Amino acid sequence: MKISTRRLDKTTIFDLSGDIDFVNSPEVRQSVLREIREAHTPRLVLNLRQVHYIDSSGVASLIEGLKASRDLGSRFILIGLSMSAREVLQLSRLLKVFEIYENEEQALAS
Amino acid sequence: MLALYSSPGLLSVVRGTVERLTEHLGFPITEARSITRAVDEALTNIVRHSYGNRPDQPITMYFRRARRRRQCEEVESGLEILLCDRGPAVDPSKFRGRPLEEIRPGGLGLYFIRQAMDIVEFSRKSATNRLRLVKYLARPRNAV
Repeated sequence: MKISTRRLDKTTIFDLSGDIDFVNSPEVRQSVLREIREAHTPRLVLNLRQVHYIDSSGVASLIEGLKASRDLGSRFILIGLSMSAREVLQLSRLLKVFEIYENEEQALAS
Repeated sequence: MLALYSSPGLLSVVRGTVERLTEHLGFPITEARSITRAVDEALTNIVRHSYGNRPDQPITMYFRRARRRRQCEEVESGLEILLCDRGPAVDPSKFRGRPLEEIRPGGLGLYFIRQAMDIVEFSRKSATNRLRLVKYLARPRNAV
């Protein structure tokens, strides 16, 4: 799993690459929560274009990020969902819970 | 048959194997992914709960074609997967997911397994936990 971070004005973008599974989800969770709670980023964007698999622990990490964002009044956005990622969120009935855009441009314009 | 250790790093290897196998057997790609997800979640449960994250414990997976006869002599085929571990006995009553209405982390793995498979059976024999997963191939709508 590779996690790289970019900061654009009031937005932090996490570019994730690899699977978010039982092995990697703690790292994703820790990185996202640190950014939300310590950096107080008003808008956090998770770029999942290079993520081809998310398991239930990965979904749990995304839910934790969403909840932490809501608690602090910031936005938590997902972009670039693969079919597999979209399926797992749909299965969990979370597609309408998350703020989701096709790409970075749409997310930044929102 | 696939014999492996309970190393979390092997999960991605098994996912790749199961996805290719299910595609080879003719499952549509969406079902191939959901079966793969179910097996991955079941293995993760073994690693976490049966073996307490110890990476050197034995897991054996058996794969075979499943067949069942339905009305009018119609035969369905599919895939049967048996996952075996030597961990302590598991209380099947704890095999519960959470209501999807509750938006909170955790409790989704079992739901993914049940949603993906036609049969999910747990048993314990000879100090071995056995999880049997079966998925049948959907017949084409215009098939007679």
